[in-house]
Amino acid sequence: MTPLLSALLYLVLAPLAGCLLAGLDRVATARMQRRKGPPLLQPYYDIRKLMGKQAAEVNRFQGYYLAGFLCFTAGAGALFFGGGDLLLVIFALTLGAVMLVLAAFSAHTPFAHLGAHRELLQMLAYEPMLILTALGLFLATHSFGVAEIADTAKAPVLVLPGIFVGYLFILTIKLRKSPFDLSSAHHAHQELVRGLTVEISGGHLALVELAHWYENVLLLGILYLFLAPFGWALALAGVALCYLIEIVVDNSSARLRWETALRSSWLVALILGGANILLVPVLLRGW
Amino acid sequence: MGNAVKSPWVLHYDASSCNGCDIEVLACLTPVYDAERLGIINTGNPKHADVLLITGGVNTQNKTVVENLYAQMLEPKVVVAIGACALSGGIFADCYNIRGGIDTVIPVDIYVPGCAARPQAIVTGILQALAVLDAKAKGTHVAVDKTAREKVCR
Repeated sequence: MTPLLSALLYLVLAPLAGCLLAGLDRVATARMQRRKGPPLLQPYYDIRKLMGKQAAEVNRFQGYYLAGFLCFTAGAGALFFGGGDLLLVIFALTLGAVMLVLAAFSAHTPFAHLGAHRELLQMLAYEPMLILTALGLFLATHSFGVAEIADTAKAPVLVLPGIFVGYLFILTIKLRKSPFDLSSAHHAHQELVRGLTVEISGGHLALVELAHWYENVLLLGILYLFLAPFGWALALAGVALCYLIEIVVDNSSARLRWETALRSSWLVALILGGANILLVPVLLRGW
Repeated sequence: MGNAVKSPWVLHYDASSCNGCDIEVLACLTPVYDAERLGIINTGNPKHADVLLITGGVNTQNKTVVENLYAQMLEPKVVVAIGACALSGGIFADCYNIRGGIDTVIPVDIYVPGCAARPQAIVTGILQALAVLDAKAKGTHVAVDKTAREKVCR
């Protein structure tokens, strides 16, 4: 498959996969709470409804920022699935996240600003580990190219066990799951009144959801890279298992304070990520 | 079935209710009644909500709050008044500060009687509200059924 074709396939199929993933997430969460839960396609129904709501822009910038969030996130994913440069993917993803923060800051609401500040703190928390992930994959495979990394003989997870666990740790932040859902509260938690997205409504909120679907598929794609040499079936099963663990953690933990989130993720990056980076030559050669 | 019907996000406000109906509203969201199986999400943000679940007789102080919440909700939207007080002021109707029912302040689409309203009645009320929401989204007019409001005893 040519890089262009797979990038286009991502742009078309990622919303479908992301929607199903979000639906499965909600059903699994409901079952863990001994509820029946919504239909599998509930996230799709939500977006369709949001598209039909009355348009209400709080200012003329918000729409552009949100379009930027969607474009950079989907662009990062297209680069990734097109086999591009992993560093560039991470930088584009970060730029997308910055756009979302700007959209929240553009409204003069205390809750939106609180959410935006917390989102910045979360970015501060997960960025070091994200960079270490790219660095680790480079050291293990001698390439930043996603296509080359996916083609290596030895599975990166065997060389980078610490970085794999560290990436799973920050994945909790990126997927906006407890205990690190500081900036944008889930449905049942209302103390932030939705934080980041408090002033984003109707079609604009639909854009945010869509961008999250793209983002989640990309994040799981990075997880897949660690397991790719095991074959696609085993690697996909591994990714599914990791996602299930994330849901269990989400349902079994309360939200932490931002200081704890920042401190713990930096400690994880330093200890698991840093130590793993130092040990890469040893692990590559084998014990 | 229209788009809004499958994903009604609700906003819950206590306009000087005794808390009895509010506890029952929240009971609808527990695993026993599991409102999320109908796509219902409790949002807490009027800009995200389609359905306003409101209890209590509205007093002079929270009248503006109720008006603001209603104004901040985006079309199409519906209002469900829950409990005897929300219908007519209930046992508080003669108090000096009670306005006597939600519809003295904002238009109400569905009246759910009861003191306190049972969760089954509330879920039924929300489902009736969805039919109204659907009609509003399509631009058709629906006559409001005021029997519960007129029958409620004081």
